[in-house]
Amino acid sequence: MKRHLLSAGDLSRDDAVRVLDTAVELLALSDRPIKKLPTLRGRTVVNLFFEDSTRTRISFEAAAKRLSADVITFSAKGSSVSKGESLKDTALTLQAMGADAVIVRHQSSGAPHRLASAGWIDGSVINAGDGTHEHPTQALLDAFTLRRHLAGDTGDLEGRRVTIVGDVLHSRVARSNALLLSTLGAEVTLVAPPTLLPVGVGSWPVEYTYALDPALAKADAVMMLRVQRERGGGGGFFPSSREYSRRYGMDARRMSLLPDHALVLHPGPMNRGVEISAEVADSARSVIVEQVTNGVAVRMAVLYLLLSGEGTTR
Amino acid sequence: MSDGATEILVRGARVLGAEPADLLLRDAAVADVGPRLDAPGALVIEADGLVALPGLVDLHTHLREPGREDAETVSTGTRAAAAGGFTAVHAMANTDPVADTAGVVEQVWRLGAEAGHCDVHPVGAVSVGLEGVRLAELGAMADSAARVRVFSDDGHCVSDAVLMRRALEYVKAFDGVVAQHAQEPGLTAGAQMNEGELSGRLGLAGWPAVAEEAIIARDCLLAAHVGSRLHVCHVSTAGSVEIIRWAKSKGWDVTAEVTPHHLLLTDQLAESYDPLFKVNPPLRTKADVEAVREGLADGTIDAVATDHAPHPVEDKECEWAAAAFGMLGLDTALSVVQEAMVETGLLDWAGVADRMAGRPARIGRVGDQGRPLAVGEPANLVLVDPAARRTIRPGQSASLSRNTPYAGTELPGRVISTVLRGRPTVLDGELV
Repeated sequence: MKRHLLSAGDLSRDDAVRVLDTAVELLALSDRPIKKLPTLRGRTVVNLFFEDSTRTRISFEAAAKRLSADVITFSAKGSSVSKGESLKDTALTLQAMGADAVIVRHQSSGAPHRLASAGWIDGSVINAGDGTHEHPTQALLDAFTLRRHLAGDTGDLEGRRVTIVGDVLHSRVARSNALLLSTLGAEVTLVAPPTLLPVGVGSWPVEYTYALDPALAKADAVMMLRVQRERGGGGGFFPSSREYSRRYGMDARRMSLLPDHALVLHPGPMNRGVEISAEVADSARSVIVEQVTNGVAVRMAVLYLLLSGEGTTR
Repeated sequence: MSDGATEILVRGARVLGAEPADLLLRDAAVADVGPRLDAPGALVIEADGLVALPGLVDLHTHLREPGREDAETVSTGTRAAAAGGFTAVHAMANTDPVADTAGVVEQVWRLGAEAGHCDVHPVGAVSVGLEGVRLAELGAMADSAARVRVFSDDGHCVSDAVLMRRALEYVKAFDGVVAQHAQEPGLTAGAQMNEGELSGRLGLAGWPAVAEEAIIARDCLLAAHVGSRLHVCHVSTAGSVEIIRWAKSKGWDVTAEVTPHHLLLTDQLAESYDPLFKVNPPLRTKADVEAVREGLADGTIDAVATDHAPHPVEDKECEWAAAAFGMLGLDTALSVVQEAMVETGLLDWAGVADRMAGRPARIGRVGDQGRPLAVGEPANLVLVDPAARRTIRPGQSASLSRNTPYAGTELPGRVISTVLRGRPTVLDGELV
């Protein structure tokens, strides 16, 4: 593996499989009464969150703590960041504290890339979501969840069909999943209104279509993306939440078009009644809650592989 | 050394790349041109192997003074200009306060004259405060000591069609020109880089070519309708070149400029997320670069203009979205043009002189610049060593800022001397 995890595209197929296999082993831990491993004792992991994201922050925190790392959480709110401190000065502060890894969530695309390449810090940088760019650990936990259900934990996603539905244009989850799932051999189809597909999507390693219903019958899994209500109406990407929901929402009727084994995923937080109906979210096909559990194991695997030095190239 | 007090004998320079000749400069003018001139007591500049061009004229420079003297001042910016071979620059209006009154343009003009490194022609704002609502006092700026002829809200597009029409009409009274920053604002809200495959992948909001092209098309039609002069700033797309070519084919009085960086660099550089490559309009695709080169070669694009945009370190040493738009250009413009246009065979040195001195001077109605190097003409010239190669180091620039996109790049050509009205501003590659 590379020293940083900035994009799902940084992972070769071997790298990705190693993370997922390691996560399988680590997940077994969560069933034990004592969930901690001493692996990262004495190492410092900083959670650097410039943007609110309780679930991702907590997930990384739990992952680092279960590996016995010292965890410092640095949230933009109430910190010097909100007083106008630059990304550089924040990075230099963390460097002075001896951070071995910096997990960064930032509203600007490319901010983790800057942290990793500007020479401000020595530690590994893990992208926990940057702007509308990428969220590679989310893609890893999605792949992990898909493997559990479709390929018996450690099997292959080769040829499996994953349909990703919604606001691809603004979704870092979609970008990372398109890259990672393709790397793993899955066939990805993006479904969205044309206004929510990026220019140039034709060159991505995926198929895309504007119509949801025909894409459902062959899907092994459907991943629903969060659609912010403000993108509709005055936001101009679609006429209204209601129209969006009618054309692209996952409801009971659409769920019935899926093959019996097909899963429904959602990275959360959900807009129930917009991109997903309550009936689907709470159905037996939904693995949305399980995604959260798997997130901790996958993030433990990433931290372990980046920080224990095993297999990393510096 | 005061203006025109001495004689300078330039020995063996290849004027516009032609056979070597001597040039005698006296009293701020070219006194003689010919083989083996003799001038006892003159300052001799040995120019063996050097190409002599008229002093370069930049239509698009940000000198930042008044207001952002931490990024550049009139003095430092014009030193960088002289080092790059320029003898005149047009100072853009987006200062603080905005150059939208006779008072501000006269101040900038006076600061330029006092510094003396090159002529400074202030550009006046089209609208009060660059706000695009009502016309600034264009006539007062035209009549001021600064004699403003170029008006621009650069940095902002005059997007309101009626305001643009009125500006184009109004400047006819004093032979002015409106230099438009063509950017449809609604199509570029929050835009960060060229919209294309890469912006989609990098998750950076796209700045589509159509946002430039739609405004250029509209403005060409408006200029034709009211019979006025339009100048299009920093053309960056293949479509823009086509539209301007079409407008010129109609005989309309439309001119255009391209920046050095749009002649050389592409949007692929954004992949680094290094804001040194963040600029407005954004770096475009390879096909666009080829189209603007072709447009400059065939004269569709009249001029190379630097859009020299200094920014302090902290405005570039940050995440992409937080960074300022713009890059330095004065020091490196001639080298980039040599690389992109001369070494590719698209322009000869006479063509370079035309696009970097002759035509920009005429567009700006600067009568004493961009003239031929002939007897009786003003002694504004630059001597460039086309055989030299240099690696660009940000710290070498006379600019106060360091935001060059060419750091570490090797470029051809080096300015050896610059002469402003018979007075050297650069000698032996060093600022005087």
